[in-house]
Amino acid sequence: MTAIDLPVAGKRPMSPTAVVMLLLLPIAVINAIGFLWPVVNLLRMSFRDSEASGALLETSGLTTWINVLSDSFTLDLITGSIGVSLFITVLTLVCSYPIALYLHRCSGLWRTVLLVLVIAPLLTSAVVRTYGWIAILSDQGLIANALLALGITPPRLMFNLTGVIIGLTEILMPYMILALLSGFGRLDPRFEEAALTLGATPWKTFWRVVVPLTAPGMALGCLLCFVLAISSFVTPKLLGGGRVFLLATEIYDQAIVTLNWPMAAALSIIILVLFGFALALYTRALRRIA
Amino acid sequence: MDERPISPVLKGVTLVMFLFLLAPLIVVVPISFSGDAYMAFPPTSWSVKWYGAIFHDAQMTAAFTISILLAIVVTVISLLVGLPAAYALVRLKPRGAEALGSLFTAPLLLPTIVLGLAILLVFAPLGLLGTFQGLVAAHLIVTLPYAVRVLSTALATLPIPVEEAAATLGARPLTVFFKVTLPMMRSGLVSTAALCFLVSFDEVVLSLFMTGPRLSTLPVAMYHHVEQQADPMVASLSVLLVVLTLVVVLIVDRTAGLAKTFVK
Repeated sequence: MTAIDLPVAGKRPMSPTAVVMLLLLPIAVINAIGFLWPVVNLLRMSFRDSEASGALLETSGLTTWINVLSDSFTLDLITGSIGVSLFITVLTLVCSYPIALYLHRCSGLWRTVLLVLVIAPLLTSAVVRTYGWIAILSDQGLIANALLALGITPPRLMFNLTGVIIGLTEILMPYMILALLSGFGRLDPRFEEAALTLGATPWKTFWRVVVPLTAPGMALGCLLCFVLAISSFVTPKLLGGGRVFLLATEIYDQAIVTLNWPMAAALSIIILVLFGFALALYTRALRRIA
Repeated sequence: MDERPISPVLKGVTLVMFLFLLAPLIVVVPISFSGDAYMAFPPTSWSVKWYGAIFHDAQMTAAFTISILLAIVVTVISLLVGLPAAYALVRLKPRGAEALGSLFTAPLLLPTIVLGLAILLVFAPLGLLGTFQGLVAAHLIVTLPYAVRVLSTALATLPIPVEEAAATLGARPLTVFFKVTLPMMRSGLVSTAALCFLVSFDEVVLSLFMTGPRLSTLPVAMYHHVEQQADPMVASLSVLLVVLTLVVVLIVDRTAGLAKTFVK
């Protein structure tokens, strides 16, 4: 609090601008060192080249970008990551929608309890939840043992894409539920009653009244989940067991294992570009809904 | 708010989805009491030996100490840096306050994998990798946005007439701040501290980039443990962590109200 002390201690009131600058100085310094400079540096890094030894070549150029965008491995990596993330987003929406709708319809203590149950997973580490999924999906896990007891040979549910999709879907559900709930305010029960009174079946009421009214919440949830899915690292790495290659896991491997920093930087920027696309798509979708 | 009966289909589907959502947290509890040498569900024998194993694992206990220390240091700095910033943005309203607010919360928009890499590339040449200072700096980047945002909301919702009354009665600006504003912000401060603590304590991706062989945080140590071997120790550790989280959440609930803090 020394920043606020100064004007009093000096007996000479400081100008308001000086006070504001003093109060904002610490956060500005941290932001510049830990955020602005690293991001600018990341961009620069992608235009560098690295030798096989990991030494960086100072020659600035497009070599890394040409490598990234012409190599079939990285192109597959990008399209594969987009596809998997989209699939996970849709799956998360389908799994989350009933919970959100139920939460919207119930009230009182019960609603609070359920809301806490939705938020509880958010407050536990992704490592813990992924570990839980390993316990369910592994060869010694819950599903495998249950199927064996029934005399069925269990399929491989882990160290492949299936495991990654199951785990990520569950991990992202709380975000989707909260996003949906934030948009459910427009869902006035009287609209549904009106549709039902006028002779619509419950099914038709759902598709023609409930879904359109909740579309903005769905758009927000999908944006959030896509962005989180394509950039998540812990779950794909642990449940994929190094056999599932996605953008985020590859960034880490290039940065820490292969030490090809320009490549890691270029892949990071591709993720940011995909973020931009997703955001643009979301804004367009929102405008069309409204 | 409405009394429309909820259809049994919706009830059934919701129940199944809730089971799916909570499944990984639920299975961890029985596994933590497993007596087996490896992870299997259901366990073939029961014991509490894996809880004891945590305290005999030098790496885990060291990582736990680091994580607690780190979370405390990061929380204190977040409050000390975030509070003046929030005060300046909300009360003094400088020109461009909104743009500055966006800049200070912008790090949250970046995925941590990208942020982690960006920080790694800058911190590595400075020799900050694998150091406590490096970890503090990296964590501050993600806790400060929360601190500024929650504290700004807390400041913006305070009744200003009370402060004006204190000033009219002759209190100097600093006295008003420490004797009136700060006590009224108590719940906001507690929520901010809890949020920063949990974010730092749970942070794994940034820490993975920043830690080295000699210095590790608990989530990173757990991550590497799960990556290398599947034994029930992480389950016992997870249960302890869930209890710790619950304690923090309960403290927030008692002092600030849970719904007000996490569900806006």
